[in-house]
Amino acid sequence: MKNKFIYLAIIAVGFASCEPEFDNAVDANYSSGEADFTSYVAIGNSLTAGYMDGTVSRVGQTYSFPNLLAQQFALVGGGAFTQPSYADDVNNLGGIQGLTGTRLVINASVGGVQPIAGSPTITLAPQAMAYNNMGVPGAKSFHLRLPGYGNPAGLALGQANPYFVRHATTTTATVIGDAMTKNPTFFTNWIGANDVLSYATSGGAKADGMTPAVDHNATGFINPLAYGGNDITNSNLFEDTYTNLINTLTNGGAKGVVCTIPSVTSIPYFTTVPYAPLSPTALGGATNIATLNAQLYGPLDAIFTAYGEPNRINPLSATSANPILIYDADATDRSAQITGALSGTLGVPTATAFGMVFGKARQATAADLVVLPASSVIGSPNTSSPSTSININGVTYPMANKWVLTANEKAKVAAATASYNASIRSIAATKNLAVADMNAIMNQLVSGLQIETGQIYTANYFSGSTTEGLVLFSLDGVHPNARGYAVITNEIIKVINQHYHSNLPLHNPSYFPGINIVPSN
Amino acid sequence: MRKLLSLTLLALAGSTAFAGGYRVSIQGQKQLAMGHTGVAIVNSAEVAFFNPAGMAYLDKKFNLSVGGNALFANTKFQNSQYNWEASSENLGTPFSVYATYKLNNWLTAGLAIYTPYGSSVEWDQDWQGAHLVNNINLQAIFVQPTISIRVGEHFSVGGGPIYATGSINFNKNLATNPLLSDNGSGSDVTLDAKGITAWGYTAGFMFNPSKKVRLGFNYRSEITMEARDGDATYADVPAFAAVNPALQNSTFNADLPLPAEVTTGISYQVTNKWLVAFDYNYALWSAYKELKVEIANGTTSINARNYQNASTYRFGTQYKANDKFTFRAGWYFDESPVQDGYFAPETPRNDSTGYTGGLTYQVNSKFGIDFSFLYLHFDEIENSYDHYSENGNVLPFGGTYKSSVFSPGIGITYGF
Repeated sequence: MKNKFIYLAIIAVGFASCEPEFDNAVDANYSSGEADFTSYVAIGNSLTAGYMDGTVSRVGQTYSFPNLLAQQFALVGGGAFTQPSYADDVNNLGGIQGLTGTRLVINASVGGVQPIAGSPTITLAPQAMAYNNMGVPGAKSFHLRLPGYGNPAGLALGQANPYFVRHATTTTATVIGDAMTKNPTFFTNWIGANDVLSYATSGGAKADGMTPAVDHNATGFINPLAYGGNDITNSNLFEDTYTNLINTLTNGGAKGVVCTIPSVTSIPYFTTVPYAPLSPTALGGATNIATLNAQLYGPLDAIFTAYGEPNRINPLSATSANPILIYDADATDRSAQITGALSGTLGVPTATAFGMVFGKARQATAADLVVLPASSVIGSPNTSSPSTSININGVTYPMANKWVLTANEKAKVAAATASYNASIRSIAATKNLAVADMNAIMNQLVSGLQIETGQIYTANYFSGSTTEGLVLFSLDGVHPNARGYAVITNEIIKVINQHYHSNLPLHNPSYFPGINIVPSN
Repeated sequence: MRKLLSLTLLALAGSTAFAGGYRVSIQGQKQLAMGHTGVAIVNSAEVAFFNPAGMAYLDKKFNLSVGGNALFANTKFQNSQYNWEASSENLGTPFSVYATYKLNNWLTAGLAIYTPYGSSVEWDQDWQGAHLVNNINLQAIFVQPTISIRVGEHFSVGGGPIYATGSINFNKNLATNPLLSDNGSGSDVTLDAKGITAWGYTAGFMFNPSKKVRLGFNYRSEITMEARDGDATYADVPAFAAVNPALQNSTFNADLPLPAEVTTGISYQVTNKWLVAFDYNYALWSAYKELKVEIANGTTSINARNYQNASTYRFGTQYKANDKFTFRAGWYFDESPVQDGYFAPETPRNDSTGYTGGLTYQVNSKFGIDFSFLYLHFDEIENSYDHYSENGNVLPFGGTYKSSVFSPGIGITYGF
């Protein structure tokens, strides 16, 4: 009898240590498939570097898609993944001392976007080290092969990049050269966006904001040393450069993923500010509109119509929102005709001034894209105007070239983007590399991209804390926020799983931060 | 004895949900050892719970049964799509006190105090399912004065009111979005309500066609615990949202149904030493459609549950070896009330199979010590909760769950 009692007690103790066990551990089926993640190197630009909210910051960098990818690679044999050090960003402000501003945040007390208060502590002190993440913000395709791109002496001449200066191994090193010292077994390559986007984000203008930047698909120039900073790279140069980069990367048998270039119509930087934001109320009401029509819009409309351009300018409406007045570098120059038509009523000097101001002006149309920073310029006085009667940006003074990507400029960008992407896909095919079609994915965002959780994300800019959870773009309107980088990482993982028959887990974007909101700034 | 009683009353009645939803089917050491059959068994004062009608058939004038269990419930969670792992280890202490007194040969009075509902589930704060639950502790104690009336040789009825008192403490994060977080910890709300009271009743009959066979039937009514003006306290709210009215500490109202339960069963005295029994429980869980929490600061949280009615099939056996020792064993199959797509981590229970055993050591004719043991086996289950939305989009949360529950118990029986 007593034995039975002891037996029961032992069973009880035995069960007391009874832990539930799964049939299969959570990572039982993870594998790298045909890929080898031992040494993963990422090359590219700001999108690869973890740039968001207008800068690279210490915390933001941890959400770069290569770093997020490396976390999953680590589960299947991936090695250590290093990124350029931002230890000097002690307060997580971003920016570069003396060069750029701090990271953008929403200041809740004023409800607007501002650089976070404080001065950047990030310096150009050289780390002289190759890292796994060789994403260099601002780099175009040919920059990755340019010796001296990390030479501080070249900064003033525009031949070097401060981000690469921070970690180039020598003053003559190239980005691709440094990348190869890591002996990559796997790579991601997302270069080419700046070859066309630096033109697009500057509204098709050079640094002066007015002179048109050059489309080298029209000029045929293939010497990048002669390119302006905002010029569109020639497609043949791009293809040669890209081929060269891929040949170098795959030299040692490395496998990888290449990413296509997004189109501008899928980036909130270009799609947030409407082309017709001037509501009758904003224009001061019916009386003011009538005055503007009588004194400016009417006369200009009459002149343009007389010369065969009846819809170049139309009178302002008192019932619906009106398009802004813009400078179009491709418009027919009517300054002489305007001067001539108005000399009688305004006198020659004033008429000449009008001619110079409005010679290439027109109203924006739905085919034009207004860049995000223009929103704080529209409606403000322009100091370049000769007279306070015609000095309101977008209303009585045409928006400068840099604020608008006109339909023509947009077409040049689209053609170059399509051409680069065709090259990327065909070069990838020759090396049997996986292609992450970021162009297609981000186009889907425009109408709504539904991810595996059922969550639907869009390409909208931040518009309030209640919908903040759906926003994938950071406050600079071009780069994803941490959540957006998680979505991008997942898309790349899916491509890797499919192409290399790996089994890697995803990240869940819902748990990633988006926009940073501070109570005051 | 009195001290023991008061101590057990003060003890936390919180115990981990098992036996479907948050129902804790541990209402007596002798009967638990028999697979928690009891509606057609007259063994001890425990019958006051299982079937009040049975009190009329107890031999002794006075019967007392006091017992308690240490209920260990461990649940593991994993999701291989996202490489998530989490686990929850919980300890509950259900207890019971039963006393019967034979007033005359047809009327018996009794008092039953027991803890039929409880749930104590604790996950790591800010785990992946934190937006559904971080931790929950709900407990209910039923106090049931009962009478039993014997009608002739073979038939009896019994019943009485149930006074329920309970409390709930529930903490969860407000969102998966880290925008609502402070210093790395998600903003969370703690809902706390104590001293919730409600009334219900129990009623049953017992029919003994012969000396060997008993048939029993018992019905316990649904009791709705209405939490009114409980405390809603927010923590880890980021600075920019500090003055948001929806995040100000406030009070809340919520209703939680403790479902009605119907039990029928039969027992058969095979020999004068050996008894076998079968019980069938039917719990009307469909009363629990949603958990609606209305907070006075204007926020309303509706958490769909859509529980369905669930059955439990119980088999038990008892063998009285001699005057000192009686052995018991039992087996049961417990259906979970949780439907597919409504599997929330605050009550992670799928169908389960229970194995019970126990014995009584009779010290003398008046006093005995009961031991019981329960092991509840759960299959691994892959399921999710698909009724949570954020920003207007449904955000399902699921994975693979595996639970393991076991409970040793001890009690004393005293009678004369």
